Amino acid sequence: MDLRDTAEEAAFRAELRAWLEDNLPEELRGFRGGSARFDGEAARDWSRALHDAGYAGLTWPKGYGGGGAPYTHQAIFLEEMARVEAPPHVGVIGLGMAGPTIMAHGTEEQKARYLEPILSAEEIWCQGFSEPGAGSDLAGVRTSARQENGTFVVDGQKVWSSFAHIADFCILLTRNDPESTRHAGLTYLIVDMKATGVEVRPLRQITGEAEFNEIFFSGVEVPVENLLGEVGGGWQVAMTTLLHERGTLGFALQAALEVQIRKLAALARDRGADPIQRDKIAREWIEMQGVRFTNYRSLSQLMKTGMPGPEGSISKLVWSEANQRITKLALELLGPDAALGEDNAPYGGYWQYQQLRSRGNTIEAGTSEVLRNIVAERVLGLPYSR
Amino acid sequence: MDFTFTPEQDALREQARAYLADKPEPSWSELAELGWLGVSIAEEDGGAGLGFVEEAVLFEELGRALYHGPYFSTVAAALPALPDELRAEVAAGETSWTLAFGPLVPDLDTADRIAIVGGDGVYELEGAEREILETTDESRPLGVVRGGEPGRRLSDASVVTEIRDRTLAALAIEACGVARRALEYAIEYATTREQFGKKIGGYQAVSHPLADAYTRVELARSLSLWAAWCVAEEDEQRAVASASAKAYASEGAVAVCETAIQVHGGIGFTWEHVLHRLYKRALWIESFSTSATRLRAEVASSLLDDKHAPSLSAVAAKTVSRSG
Repeated sequence: MDLRDTAEEAAFRAELRAWLEDNLPEELRGFRGGSARFDGEAARDWSRALHDAGYAGLTWPKGYGGGGAPYTHQAIFLEEMARVEAPPHVGVIGLGMAGPTIMAHGTEEQKARYLEPILSAEEIWCQGFSEPGAGSDLAGVRTSARQENGTFVVDGQKVWSSFAHIADFCILLTRNDPESTRHAGLTYLIVDMKATGVEVRPLRQITGEAEFNEIFFSGVEVPVENLLGEVGGGWQVAMTTLLHERGTLGFALQAALEVQIRKLAALARDRGADPIQRDKIAREWIEMQGVRFTNYRSLSQLMKTGMPGPEGSISKLVWSEANQRITKLALELLGPDAALGEDNAPYGGYWQYQQLRSRGNTIEAGTSEVLRNIVAERVLGLPYSR
Repeated sequence: MDFTFTPEQDALREQARAYLADKPEPSWSELAELGWLGVSIAEEDGGAGLGFVEEAVLFEELGRALYHGPYFSTVAAALPALPDELRAEVAAGETSWTLAFGPLVPDLDTADRIAIVGGDGVYELEGAEREILETTDESRPLGVVRGGEPGRRLSDASVVTEIRDRTLAALAIEACGVARRALEYAIEYATTREQFGKKIGGYQAVSHPLADAYTRVELARSLSLWAAWCVAEEDEQRAVASASAKAYASEGAVAVCETAIQVHGGIGFTWEHVLHRLYKRALWIESFSTSATRLRAEVASSLLDDKHAPSLSAVAAKTVSRSG
């Protein structure tokens, strides 16, 4: 047990810190979350800069253009990015979900074609999993993929898809066998978002901005070489994607939480906090440290055994509820100013936006209800509730 | 960065768990034979020359087993104040100690000797009368001392900060052992007890509170091990880490025990089930030493006050010495 950086980790951290100091454009500092805020040209340039410096795909194998670095470097990267409030690489879905899934299940041709442009931010990916009738219950997917003359013909609707409005490709979960139910008969496809019959409609959300989209597929022809895994084997491939979605995510979330609490403390110093509010702030700081060291335990286990510890599964659940409490507490500290709209509010409306956005945290990437089921069933071994 | 236990530390935990399952109330000389008393005492004084992380492993297991004896008061509280020759006596199992933290002294029923914090140092209290007071947790009596004279001077007052950090961290990790055991009972019950034709753990009204209890146990354990490591390494964060760990783990253990009692239904409310003993230990830890609210006020001060004149450790030193 040694919670300090090793000499090698310390060197990596120092080098990264210096690089961020020199390269992060001033106007990109203070990233406030929500993908709608960083899909412009500046975000692409920033992503390219990260790639050129070797910080995109740190843990990807070198053979696929990644850094071949240990997970501890990825954790340090996320901590340092949060420290200076830098926006992430724009290819979040590609780096965290599509890329690892292609590495695990793709053909050599697919790896050669798709991986490098993810790292360089030349191509952006989105995810087509959820449907109006299949949210938490993903096995209810109904978007169809009929096999016709050597192609898949896709019809259906996906929803809650971040980046779809700027994406080049979509990882799409479809049903190839209309007679099938649940986990059987599913097929995982790579779909060109520029193909005929793909229509993207932005969804305006609670914050007023459009971060998510609906995607409509009408007779979209997908060539057979875009199949990922086997026909009918889509569920296993999708599980790989979701495993990666929740992989080192914990570090990004803990780092985001730390930034949020730092800002909350600054707000409290600025506007004053009574003893009860001070108690709440201390509670949040302590719990955030708990998440940090729980992530460290899980990561250490991963480094030693190749399998993350079960305690890592709680990070997203804890973060999402903490972020909701913290942003609510910030509004309380603002007093009557909390009611002011973005243009009139103190701090540029940061807290008003954060508080509304936080309501999505317990829904996106696994609702809190689903995550509690996962902990109860897979970690504690309780009977399935369904 | 490595936040895993060594194979030796894992072996120590396994040894402790197996031993205490068989014999939850070992004698002081048996603890000496096991080598648990001299864990952090130098080898030339008959100890193992290890540190607080190994002691934390034992505190967690002793909490889990609801051990009754002066281990906490000797090892967490008194040890930093003892000169080498008295440490050697502890390692050999010849003496045990307690420290008069405040009006209510822990382990006074079992500890051989009593240390008190005076204005400028830690002294042995000699010739005092002891009165043992019944406590809600029957395995953790408290007592009061009357009269007596400061005798031998054990150390200067600089150890008070270390004592404060060690006791908070020890109580935190002990609370984790208690909470984990209560959660295990609840999981076992929820996977066997049937109502309305199915195992009650299959109802989300039961399983989700258990998932939350697990979350509390794991966060508490992460904080407590962080504190233990900081104490062992004399890390600069040890004061805030031990305060955070005790605040979170003690309240967490109480909440986890309450969930466990609720999940058990009527049986959890009975005297014959062990749960009430775990619950009472958790309540004891929550109330002993500095309260969670007070500790959070210290944490808040370190976060929010530009000139927090007394540092965390200075505040703590004052707290301990005033009561001594």
